[in-house]
Formats: sequence, C-alpha cells, structure tokens
Amino acid sequence: MVEWTDFERNTIQDIFSRIEYDVVGPAALARCLVVYPWTQRYFGGFGNLYNAAAIKGNPMVSKHGTTILNGLERAVKNMDDITNTYAELSVLHSEKLHVDPDNFKLLADCLTIVVAAQLGNEFTGEVQAAFQKFLAVVVSALGRQYR
Amino acid sequence: MTSLTAKDKQTVKAFWAKVSGKSEDIGAAAVARMLVVYPQTKTYFSHWQDQSPHSAAARKHGITVMMGVGDAVTKIDDLKEGLKELSELHAFTLRVDPGNFKILSHNILVVMAIMFPTDFTPDVHVSLDKFLAAVSLALAEKYR
Repeated sequence: MVEWTDFERNTIQDIFSRIEYDVVGPAALARCLVVYPWTQRYFGGFGNLYNAAAIKGNPMVSKHGTTILNGLERAVKNMDDITNTYAELSVLHSEKLHVDPDNFKLLADCLTIVVAAQLGNEFTGEVQAAFQKFLAVVVSALGRQYR
Repeated sequence: MTSLTAKDKQTVKAFWAKVSGKSEDIGAAAVARMLVVYPQTKTYFSHWQDQSPHSAAARKHGITVMMGVGDAVTKIDDLKEGLKELSELHAFTLRVDPGNFKILSHNILVVMAIMFPTDFTPDVHVSLDKFLAAVSLALAEKYR
C-alpha cells in the first residue's frame, strides 16, 4: 500500500482540479509522440503523424490525450487503491493494446513537463516530487498485470 | 542512443542563444529541484555545510553545471573530444554514478518548460533531450 502524506494528497487533488484535461492531455500525448517517436507505433490508425505540427493538429491525438487524462482521474479519486483501480486497464494495455510498459514512463515524463509549463513557478520541487511519485504509482499499476 | 542530426544541432544552438542569458538561474533551479525530487543525489554533497536546495553552495553548483552545458553547446560537433577533461574529472575525482546525469538532465528540461513555456516546444524538447543525453554519454566516456 502506498503511503501518502497530506501534502502529497492535497497536491495531487489540487493539480488535477486546476489543469484542463483537454489541454494538458493532448499536449502531453503530442509531446510524447514527437520526443519519443517510436511511441507512434501504437497509433498506426491515427493518420498523419508526420511532423510535430501534424501531430499537434491531429484530432485523434487530441481526443486520445483527453481520454488518458480522464483515465488518470480515476487514480486521483482512488489514491489509496490505484493498483486495483487499474487492474482492468493494465490487462487492456497488455493483452489487447500490447503496449511495452516502458512507454508509460515516457508519457509520464511528458506529462510532468506539460504540467510544469502550465503551473510555472507554482510547480515547485516539492510539488514535482509529489506529482512524479503519483505518476510512478500509476505506471507501476498499469504494468502490474503484464504476463 | 541516436546521434545529433544537423537539425538537432541547429535547434540546440538557437534555443541556447535565447536562454543562455538566464543560464545561472536555470542551473540553480535544476540543481535545487534535483536535490528535492531525487534526495539520493544529496549523497554527493555531504561536504556542504548547508545541503538545502537553495543554499549558496547549491546555487554555485548549478551555475558551474550550466556553464559546462553552455561549453558543450560550443563543442557540439565533437562532444567526446571536447568534454574529455570534464569526463576525466567525473570519472576519477568526482565518481558520480552516470545514472545521475539522466536525473539532472530531466530536471534541466523541467526548468526549461517552466521558464520558457512557449519556446520549449516539442521539437526543441526532443533536440535538447538528445543533446543532454549525448553530453551525459561524453561525460561517462572515461569511466572504464
């Protein structure tokens, strides 16, 4: 069981209440597809991912980015049981989507960078630590059911 | 991983030209962040009286690191040769585990995102990430 301090709990709730899912989600996914282009392998059906501008303007990327953030909200609302909350999602990513779990960390890093840009100086070291800890737990839970 | 393309080098140089005026603040912020988010990195600084992230020693160290990064930009065409002495320093004297280069690089990128949110586009991000990885590799060259 993950132990969360009050500061960490409050920080995570605060961040997710402040960010716009349909801005941060698309920005993070687009950034991931540009910075780590091999992640594009999972989005063959998304059409034009030819360059950064195309990726940024791609409506399927935007929609999926928002979907991801909504998925993260489930962990935000169940911080004391993220592993079980994500059991089905983990099976989905493993057995249906066949996503290499190393990719979750890449997206997590892009999410950190996008949220940092959004929050500016309010994204202090302490806030970053809490956010990265939360994402590490999410990443671990998503990789849990892989066999 | 992959070597720097001509476009990467151009992107890094152009971005560095924009941000180098704030290099001291960037370095200090990146080191401070690293000490907070990755507390295991403090083990390298047990000789500091004050190990807090915003101490004078931490700031000075951030400035030193960023001067190294700026120097690396000028040597971008041959980092292995250009950073030879710095590599020897890190290998034989400082003996910093190279895993930490990745950690500091990540925090430099986070600081760039905070300080230059419009300029730090995904295209700049990928080139800078590659550059910092190449610098880290060059720094680890003399280790063994």
